[in-house]
Amino acid sequence: MDFQPTQDQRDLRAGVRDLLAGRYGREALRASVDAGGALDRDLWRELGGAGLFALRLPEERGGVGLGLPEAVLVFEEAGRALLPGPLVATHLAAGAVPGAAEGTAVVTAFDLDGPLVAHLGDADAVLGEDPLPAGTPVRSADPLTPLWRAEPAGGAQVDAYREEGALLTAALQVGSALRTVELAVRYAGEREQFGQPIGAFQAVKHLCADMLVRAEVARTAVYAAAVTADGAEVAAAKLLADEAALRGARDCLQVHGGMGFTWEADVHLHLKRAWVRARQWGTAARAEEFLAERLLEEAVVP
Amino acid sequence: MDLTYTEEERDFRARLREWLGKTLPELPARPSPDDWPGRRAYDLGWQRRLHDAGYAGLHWPVDAGGRGATPTQHLIFLEETERAGAPYVGANFVGLLHAGPTIAAEGTAGQRARWLPPVLRGDEVWCQGFSEPGAGSDLASLRTRAVRDGDAYVVTGSKIWTSHAEVADWCELLVRTDPQAPKHRGISWLAMPMDAPGITVRPLRTLAGSAEFAEVFLDEVRIPVANRVGEENDGWRVTMVTLSFERGTAFVGEVVACRRTLALLARTAKANGRWDDPVLRRTLGRLNGEFGALWRLTQWNVSEAQRSGGVPGTGGSVFKLAYSHARQELYDAAAEVLGADSLSLEEEWTLDRLSSLSYTIAAGTSQIQRNIVAERILGLPKGR
Ligand SMILES: Cc1cc2nc3c(=O)[nH]c(=O)nc-3n(C[C@H](O)[C@H](O)[C@H](O)COP(=O)(O)OP(=O)(O)OC[C@H]3O[C@@H](n4cnc5c(N)ncnc54)[C@H](O)[C@@H]3O)c2cc1C
Repeated sequence: MDFQPTQDQRDLRAGVRDLLAGRYGREALRASVDAGGALDRDLWRELGGAGLFALRLPEERGGVGLGLPEAVLVFEEAGRALLPGPLVATHLAAGAVPGAAEGTAVVTAFDLDGPLVAHLGDADAVLGEDPLPAGTPVRSADPLTPLWRAEPAGGAQVDAYREEGALLTAALQVGSALRTVELAVRYAGEREQFGQPIGAFQAVKHLCADMLVRAEVARTAVYAAAVTADGAEVAAAKLLADEAALRGARDCLQVHGGMGFTWEADVHLHLKRAWVRARQWGTAARAEEFLAERLLEEAVVP
Repeated sequence: MDLTYTEEERDFRARLREWLGKTLPELPARPSPDDWPGRRAYDLGWQRRLHDAGYAGLHWPVDAGGRGATPTQHLIFLEETERAGAPYVGANFVGLLHAGPTIAAEGTAGQRARWLPPVLRGDEVWCQGFSEPGAGSDLASLRTRAVRDGDAYVVTGSKIWTSHAEVADWCELLVRTDPQAPKHRGISWLAMPMDAPGITVRPLRTLAGSAEFAEVFLDEVRIPVANRVGEENDGWRVTMVTLSFERGTAFVGEVVACRRTLALLARTAKANGRWDDPVLRRTLGRLNGEFGALWRLTQWNVSEAQRSGGVPGTGGSVFKLAYSHARQELYDAAAEVLGADSLSLEEEWTLDRLSSLSYTIAAGTSQIQRNIVAERILGLPKGR
């Protein structure tokens, strides 16, 4: 058994991190906020070119031919960079919707457990839906996730995608959670009050430590679920990753004090996106119920 | 990232399983928690069987009498023994997991030959004399004095919360050998025979009602200088070596046991109707997710240790923080499943609930673990 990532997997993750740092750094992030969350089609195509969407499509079908473990490492980086757009839905659509694999099409999905759908205005297709439904725009809590109210026409068949969707979304959450730990730690080391960095105060230190613990536990759960593709592990991964991202962003905001409550600080962008993702591809309630049932199902007590 | 076990690891598991299946039915009945001599004999008897079957000191280096097994084999060992319901390491805890590895790493050839084989064979029990009434979390402020007199140290002071002190043959003792030096510098690590004149052991009752630990009073106890492991005044470094061991695997068996308890809780709740409470159901579901993840985190840490040549990383503090709290939640959930019966000490889960309260305190409190995570992993500044 060797659960640690292979060298190839580490290289892949580092490559994606570099790509995103160059192509979607802080300025690009704030530019997307100013653009009201409209997608940058050039960037989308570049992501496609880099293999983000075709990652798990077999090579003979023009894909990269990698698996879920590689996909979660890549999505963790996308979450860390707060990359906007229906990344998961488009990735799931690769091979099924023309242009999705290459990033020439933007594909969204009815993945919010209700009549709201994200990025519909930019979408070329909705997973499992034909034709593209009409919708009315809704003011979205997350400035980088425009929302529309729409009815699925063909009773969107997203169930087949639910597990993989949940796992990849969990990976995005983990990336965001790890990023908020970094932001909090950096701020806590720089900001001084009472004559010392606030990170020297235990109350702040302990917030940061708990953030890391939640993020690390969630990260392992996501990696394990990617390796086993077991339904219960996927549910656990989503549950723990949602919590790590939500509480991580909230604690990060707390560490930033008044600065954290401003539009200028990026913290709220992490928190709001975490709220969106916590609703995508399955909620905590659903995961907990599923995991509870699993306890009864297991043939032998482990 | 690969969670499959190698052919060799599967073989190891199969042979171990077979041995356990054969050996466990031969074990004598477990003694009652208050029967100290009985517990000592039982725990040592189990260690003797492990030794005779070649499983003693599995993860110890070969030159210290161990088997030099990989971290993964050790993981499999702990998983399988727990699964089979084998005895816990019990009174052998300090010898096998603390003192032994420390002596193996820091002791002279003579010290290793004297102390290690009896630990592995199940002949001698060790206890840990670190904490003092005035030095718990702030361990380095310990005051127990050792004054050199010829070829012996004369030790006076007291230790507290010493687990298994009543039945121990040896104590890994931290003493102050230089009161003038900065507090981390003047400490030495001694092996103290528990039958030396001047030692008084006074059992302390825990909140669970039993006597798991004790106070140890030391009144001019003479300990040969030859019993010092490491240099004089270098005991803090030696201690850090001790504490860094076992973190990655300290709770393996317990995580397996917690998962089994959780499944039993669900079944019990289903049978007594409490399963219909969605709050309880969701709590159990969440705990299922958490303990599953903690098991994976264990495999992650073990894989990391394996890659780095067996050296445990800092992941242990992350694990202990998450695990100790999850364990307390587990037994709180058990109380919800039991209802009013959770107030009865006849219920095993009630005793487990009581003992789980020590997990956020013993071996470094949660507050201290958070300091470690924040300062050593995240690099936040130390407070003034
Ligand atoms: C079941 C059990 C078995 C044990 N067995 C042994 C043994 O065999 N040998 C041995 O040597 N010891 C043993 N111990 C002792 C154990 O290691 C100590 O209890 C532990 O380190 C805490 O020290 P303390 O009890 O003095 O608490 P204190 O250090 O007095 O702490 C009291 C409270 O203050 C908090 N606190 C202290 N310092 C700080 C700080 N800097 N920042 C924030 N909070 C702080 C603590 O977190 C805690 O909440 C055992 C303890 C238990 C419960």
